[in-house]
Amino acid sequence: MIQNLTTEMFIQSVANAISVGSLYAMVAIGYTMVYGILRLINFAHSDIFMMSMYFVFYLITIFALPWPIAFIAAVLATGVLGIVVEAAAYRPLREAPRISVLISSIGVSYLMENFGVVVFSGIQKQFPPVPAFQSVVVIGSIYFQKLSLYMPVVTAISVVGLLYLIDKTKIGMAMRATSKDYETAKLMGININTVISTTFAIGSMLACVGAIMWGLKYPKIEPYVGIMPGLKCFIAAVIGGIGNIKGAVVGAYLLGFMEIMIVLFIPALSSYKDAFAFIMLIAILLLRPAGILGEKKADKV
Amino acid sequence: MKDLSKNASRILTAVALAGFAVFLWLAYKGIALGPYEARIVRLSGIYAIAALSMNLINGFTGQFSLGQAGFMALGAYTTSLLVIPPEAKESLYWVEPINPFVRNLQAPFLVALIAGGLMASFFAFFIGFPVLRLKGDYLAIATLGFSEIIRIFITNLIPITNGPVGLKNIPSTANILWTSLSCAAIVVLLLRLMKTSYGRTFKAIRDDEVAAEAMGISLFKHKLMSFLLSAFIAGISGGLLASVVGAITPAYFRFTLAYEILLIVVLGGQGSITGSVVGAIILSVSKEWLRFLDSGFNLLFFRVPEIAGLRMLVFSLLLMAIILFYRRGLFGSREFSWNSIYRPIAFLINKIRKPKKEAGDDSA
Repeated sequence: MIQNLTTEMFIQSVANAISVGSLYAMVAIGYTMVYGILRLINFAHSDIFMMSMYFVFYLITIFALPWPIAFIAAVLATGVLGIVVEAAAYRPLREAPRISVLISSIGVSYLMENFGVVVFSGIQKQFPPVPAFQSVVVIGSIYFQKLSLYMPVVTAISVVGLLYLIDKTKIGMAMRATSKDYETAKLMGININTVISTTFAIGSMLACVGAIMWGLKYPKIEPYVGIMPGLKCFIAAVIGGIGNIKGAVVGAYLLGFMEIMIVLFIPALSSYKDAFAFIMLIAILLLRPAGILGEKKADKV
Repeated sequence: MKDLSKNASRILTAVALAGFAVFLWLAYKGIALGPYEARIVRLSGIYAIAALSMNLINGFTGQFSLGQAGFMALGAYTTSLLVIPPEAKESLYWVEPINPFVRNLQAPFLVALIAGGLMASFFAFFIGFPVLRLKGDYLAIATLGFSEIIRIFITNLIPITNGPVGLKNIPSTANILWTSLSCAAIVVLLLRLMKTSYGRTFKAIRDDEVAAEAMGISLFKHKLMSFLLSAFIAGISGGLLASVVGAITPAYFRFTLAYEILLIVVLGGQGSITGSVVGAIILSVSKEWLRFLDSGFNLLFFRVPEIAGLRMLVFSLLLMAIILFYRRGLFGSREFSWNSIYRPIAFLINKIRKPKKEAGDDSA
């Protein structure tokens, strides 16, 4: 198998791994931000991802908007959706045990999937094509979708913007304070609910950008489309060190490379592709539970 | 107002159980229920078993595990492969020929069920070793990951499991008696277990791991024990489920199945055995009862058209309401007691009686 491997195939795979990693990064950031602030695995994040794909679909097919406007509108709508989910399902449980909030996020996820089946129907839909992204570029003997050139750029811009927001602005400082110590942040006059809403809005908007790129790369949508990407991106966030944004990006690219490269070098395992992510998750949880960039925290007694 | 005496409670329990046994017997004979209703009763029993399995590890031991779907899949496949006759198996495997060893394996249903449970426990042993060192949501995601790994392997080991096509023609041995008696046996087992020192140890771990460890409890050993028993019970429920539905595919055991079971546990109350059983019955019955929503219905003056999936949407809205506003579930972490019914009734009766008594006092 390996002797058939050509340089072209390898470069093609590297490009593929970079674009998949960029996709994972956009969604993984949402998980990691929410975890950083609420210490919650937001199971509903994968369904926010799914809903945003449908937003794009309907904005382009029914409202017939040109794609740039549709994309921006979808990103904003998803941000609002994130805020609504937080206010409806997590805010009432602010003082409840953490497990209750986790169960609530599972409940919301289940609710959004069933909502999707009723409103959008369970029948697979085609993500509207955007030729500007999907045309093919030829470099030497290697074929790229234009999209896979744009993806890392979009991710890089988003991550730099986000890091600027978190490190340099006032709301960013409030976010850092809240994730460090919830109670003290409250005492310092930070409006916790605003901070949490903002976090959800940003996380969801990034997930929407990820979903748009996902839809352009794998153009089919159904109400359960978010589950696998969601789980994998969560795993990416854990690998990088959950709660750490740079970690989520590192973890996402690492996971993308692992998946593509294992399939490239050992094609016999390609049907087990989805299991790799989970195996990696368990390995990292055992060897370095705090993740690659995470800091180890002692338990408070 | 006095509570019911212990004896009165016992008599009521005995009468209720006897009544239930008679009902089951009539249902078994096909007198009390039609085949459709009987199927709902069978499924309630199975969901109750699955919920008990999750309650044992989540509600009683405090380890948030979401791996139930994987263990149920292991149980379902093991049981099915043991009870489908060899010729029938051979005709199912048209993608790749069946492994000859698997083809010739045969066992009676009871043995097959227990084998399914043991198979689930066996895997739980290897999963538990690394995973049970994790806590809280990390444990949840790791067990969920393992259940997906199990499912992916089942999908790909085609000569053994028939891959994505799944297994069909599973003999429908698990009648209403099988499911109800298995459920009863597991309820009794757990009720007894919770009275032993092991049960109390599990609860101690749930309430405070640090304190439990300081009292000399081996956390890992007891967590593993609870995990293995929970997997065993989940395996049994999987085996029964396979026999009731008659056809299984790996897609049936996605982790959304674990979500459904989790919601039963939450509805009944985490840490309540009777709660899980009642929760399972309410859930299975209401899911069927809500079926009218899917086929269109009359709402006041206009006709709501047929909408596929509306049932599940309403269902998940109800569940969200429970999660948000009724967090402790029906029973909390307590068990069902007759007093919980008797007290409000006695209170009402007293309220009605009292004014009469006062009138009598005046005349005297």
